[in-house]
Amino acid sequence: MTMTELLLLFISSIFVHNILLSRFLGCCPFMGVSSKLKTAQGMGAAVVFVIVLASLMTWITYNYLLVPLHLEYLYTLSFILVIAALVQFVELALKKLNPVLYKSLGIFLPLITTNCAVLGVAVLNMNEGYGLAAALVNALGSSLGFLLAISLMAGIRERIEDNEGVPESLKGLPMALITAGLMSIAFMGFTGIIK
Amino acid sequence: MDIMHVFVTPLALMGIMGGVFGVVLAIASIIFRVHQDERIGLIRAALPGANCGGCGYPGCDGYASGVVNEGAAVNKCSVGGAPVAQKIAEIMGVSAGDTTPMRAFLKCKGTCEAAPRQLTYDGIKDCASAATIPGGSPNSCPFGCIGLGTCVSVCQFGALSMGDDGLPKVEVSKCVGCGACVAACPKGIFTLVPVTADIIVECNSHWKGPMVKTVCSAGCIGCGVCAKVCPAGAIEIVNDLAVIDQNKCIKCGKCAQRCPAKCIKTGESVKVLEKSA
Repeated sequence: MTMTELLLLFISSIFVHNILLSRFLGCCPFMGVSSKLKTAQGMGAAVVFVIVLASLMTWITYNYLLVPLHLEYLYTLSFILVIAALVQFVELALKKLNPVLYKSLGIFLPLITTNCAVLGVAVLNMNEGYGLAAALVNALGSSLGFLLAISLMAGIRERIEDNEGVPESLKGLPMALITAGLMSIAFMGFTGIIK
Repeated sequence: MDIMHVFVTPLALMGIMGGVFGVVLAIASIIFRVHQDERIGLIRAALPGANCGGCGYPGCDGYASGVVNEGAAVNKCSVGGAPVAQKIAEIMGVSAGDTTPMRAFLKCKGTCEAAPRQLTYDGIKDCASAATIPGGSPNSCPFGCIGLGTCVSVCQFGALSMGDDGLPKVEVSKCVGCGACVAACPKGIFTLVPVTADIIVECNSHWKGPMVKTVCSAGCIGCGVCAKVCPAGAIEIVNDLAVIDQNKCIKCGKCAQRCPAKCIKTGESVKVLEKSA
């Protein structure tokens, strides 16, 4: 892939194919951890970290283990194994080597272990047949898209909390779901910018 | 070949991968072990987990490590009170010391009736915001309760509620004395008093008597009668406001009987004394 193609892939994975708002992967933290902007950003940063690392590891696993052994069908199982072990390892290492980063990301790391966004990006890389560079760019773009979407969502939800005009029956999660739907429609506007 | 490909290779691959990851993680957990004093975990388990910050540390985890690493006092947890202090003291091998359970008390009697509202405040419904307007308060008394309920919103224990008279009410049975309301009130009207305290001045005004009378019918005018009649010498007038030293107070209730403004609150035990007298 040329540099231009990589750049286009990067932008399209953030906006056009936003992992949350177009692909609808990782909706659990999108709803669960988006009530405060600060925690949402912590979660987003942890997702960026894990998705990029996991994409690297799963790409290696797929292309140097599964393909040579003709065991491609085992990808789900082996990806989950790799991601879970990786997250555990990173958590242990962070705790020792960088306690400050561990305190800001640490509580979110176990949450991401089996997040479908992480697995989704890995599977996507495989299905699209990306090379290592493209896979990493796609991973970085997708996870930054996640960070963007969850930060936007948290910012909106913080304001909704203060809005007394929300009907009683729609307060909390129902309003968040409606908001997510509207955001998703807004992100549809990016479709067609990049093919 | 077929058997090999269908059963043996996948099983071997997954087995080896799982095994390798397991070993790597086991080694990593030894290499990256963070030596944590086991007492921190024990103390954390003994704490109530309210994470209110009343002890001055960020949450219960912070306090637990503060006790072990920084030598913080074992009786700082106001939520858990004496039983928790006792447990922490046992873990640390020190004596618990004296913990007087505290509760929040509102030093203001300026209800809508007693201290009429001067302005109609239509800004953000938050006392800290209302306190920034010229004059320091939408109400006539700049020392008194603004009544927008910021204290109610910061109370994690549901001990505060806004009364119809415009003042927050403290439900003593729920109050743990964490001091969140004391910190949140822009007027500093809340104070922590020992739960046994029975005689408390219910006013925060440092104005002189005539000034107080113009804005509130229930405020302390700083006349000093209470200080004169107190047999224990527990009351002194500081900046035109009566202050009672709870350590010296003998709960005779004489100050409350003589107070011309009726702004000294008497608790249950004093009323019992009055009846028997």
